[in-house]
Amino acid sequence: MDIHEYQAKELLAQHGVSIPRGKVVYSPDEAAHAATSLGGEVWAVKAQIHAGGRGKAGGVKLCHSLAEVSKVANGLLGNTLVTHQTGPEGKIVQRLYVEAAEPFDREIYLGFVLDRKAQRIRLIASAQGGMEIEEIVKSHPEAVLQVEVEPAVGLQPFQARELAFGLGRLTMKQVHQFVTLTMGCYRAFRDLDATMVEINPLVVTKEGRLVALDAKMSFDDNALFRRPDLHEMHDPAQEDPREAQAHLHGLNYVGLSGDIGCIINGAGLAMATMDMIKYAGGEPANFLDVGGGASPERVAEAFRLVLSDKNVKAILVNIFAGINRCDWVAEGVIQAARGLGVPLVVRLAGTNVEAGQKIIRDSGLPIISADTLAEAAERAVAAAHGKAA
Amino acid sequence: MSILIDEKTKVIVQGITGDKATFHATEMIHYGTNVVGGVTPGKGGLIHLDRPVFDTVRQAVEATGAEASLAFVPPPFAADALMEAADAGLKLVCIITDGIPAQDMMRVKRYLLRYPKETRTMIVGPNCAGIISAGRAMLGIMPGHIYTRGHVGIVSRSGTLGYEAAAQMTALGIGVSTSVGIGGDPINGSSFLDHMALFEQDPETHAVVMIGEIGGPQEAEASQWIKENMTKPVVGYVAGLTAPKGRRMGHAGAIISAEGDTAGEKAEIMESFGLFVAPSAAELGSTVAQALATL
Repeated sequence: MDIHEYQAKELLAQHGVSIPRGKVVYSPDEAAHAATSLGGEVWAVKAQIHAGGRGKAGGVKLCHSLAEVSKVANGLLGNTLVTHQTGPEGKIVQRLYVEAAEPFDREIYLGFVLDRKAQRIRLIASAQGGMEIEEIVKSHPEAVLQVEVEPAVGLQPFQARELAFGLGRLTMKQVHQFVTLTMGCYRAFRDLDATMVEINPLVVTKEGRLVALDAKMSFDDNALFRRPDLHEMHDPAQEDPREAQAHLHGLNYVGLSGDIGCIINGAGLAMATMDMIKYAGGEPANFLDVGGGASPERVAEAFRLVLSDKNVKAILVNIFAGINRCDWVAEGVIQAARGLGVPLVVRLAGTNVEAGQKIIRDSGLPIISADTLAEAAERAVAAAHGKAA
Repeated sequence: MSILIDEKTKVIVQGITGDKATFHATEMIHYGTNVVGGVTPGKGGLIHLDRPVFDTVRQAVEATGAEASLAFVPPPFAADALMEAADAGLKLVCIITDGIPAQDMMRVKRYLLRYPKETRTMIVGPNCAGIISAGRAMLGIMPGHIYTRGHVGIVSRSGTLGYEAAAQMTALGIGVSTSVGIGGDPINGSSFLDHMALFEQDPETHAVVMIGEIGGPQEAEASQWIKENMTKPVVGYVAGLTAPKGRRMGHAGAIISAEGDTAGEKAEIMESFGLFVAPSAAELGSTVAQALATL
């Protein structure tokens, strides 16, 4: 789960990280009002969306007057922001964060990730802040400092000190600040079950303080059961509405741009089937895993989801029944397929496959059946292109 | 021979009195698995499925000599159950549970380092379909009837793709020695490499199929090891060529977030280390047949 910048900053501030003074707003009037109450002469108005690259996309602007603050807010709110991370459809801007801008001398990168190879939390720091870490790694590999955290004892102050001295050009007072904020970020990461914490840039202000100018946090969906406060930070407006709907029904759905709707059990088989569609010359419209127990209710909900995408020209159902049974899945498919406006290809395999295929055949519905994965993909592509396979 | 389990392996089921565990324990017993008991805290002394239930794993091990367990424990209690099993001296724990926090698994992996390598518990999973030694024993939730006994090992992150491979092989008359599901989470109890090493040692296994997906460094690590150490042919496949970057595809671990995470990159790495790469999931069986033909 991702959260907004202002929420990440609030959480990090609770763990001892210095952040600029700011306010979240929902209208241009509120934005100007927030700027007035924050005081000062320069404000940053920042679009709150769940994606990076906002600056380059025009989602972060420095404003030098209250009139400018409301003008910029007016231009951003309610519009879609497209950054290199959002995909072409972009993300809707419904909230802005207005901050008192403070001049700074230097930008540092500080990140925390769950390293899958080391199976540990890894800290990454670089004196080349302000750029994305992928760019830093490419252009200044020597400037990337890394530390791994031993899970039994947690991050130690000496490790944070090593990073601080490695970054260089920090006074002893700033080194202490760096250690405090790094230990704070680590505690936030560990205690909130984060999968990523990134402060980029961490700036050294003209006054010499270390301040988190931007912040990003992502959390482990599997741990939200024990983090009810975080769950409340979830902003469904940043999600594809179909994905949010799928989530409510315990289904995994990811919308894509093709025209063949997919209903499959198992994440691996779902991905492999999408690949097969592409291999056969088509494009999948979605990823959808109905899970192990593909009950008639879940199958019906899956059809509703897939059909809510108006690009879908054919549907491919591919179920390899393990725990569940093909005959049971077939019943669900038949119920959902009555009155369907697009061609339907069904491939069943595994437990009770003959009984399942018989139910499909005897239904009298124009269902195209397939025995193998390859056949299923080819027939779905042909059906979507309006040809008989 | 097979790897990890056979018909003699004494198995307990952690969480045996739950509905799902009861169903799958029954299936396992029908398949021929030597299930000697189960553990549910507070239900010690009960007889369930004609087997004794214990309060703790340690009691179960002392009373039955159990060597392996299948854990059906809800996510909040899973890490605890795994550490309990490790401390009681089980050699193998297979955990089916989906939804365990990644940091919990990180702590479990760290905890296991307390034990010397020779006696350390092997964890298979989480978020997996389990292990089956075809025709001998099953420690999991797979449909046992799709596997025929034979000489090809399967190790897969995805459950259903593992089934797909077994079914395609069966259709070509190729049998399975052992099939292992390592699970779809970002931090697995054991990796492709761990099982590849066991298959290399197993005289009954003549070739292995490795079924990967997007996300994580495991496929690349195993491929390099295979090039340097493995004498048996290995077939590789990676699902998710059409998966978009940065999106989680069902499995917690199936997300492209770093260099080398895409299906294309992984397939290239496999190819460069001499694996037989199946061009699509429909060609898993035929690629195994090709690999076997080189023997």
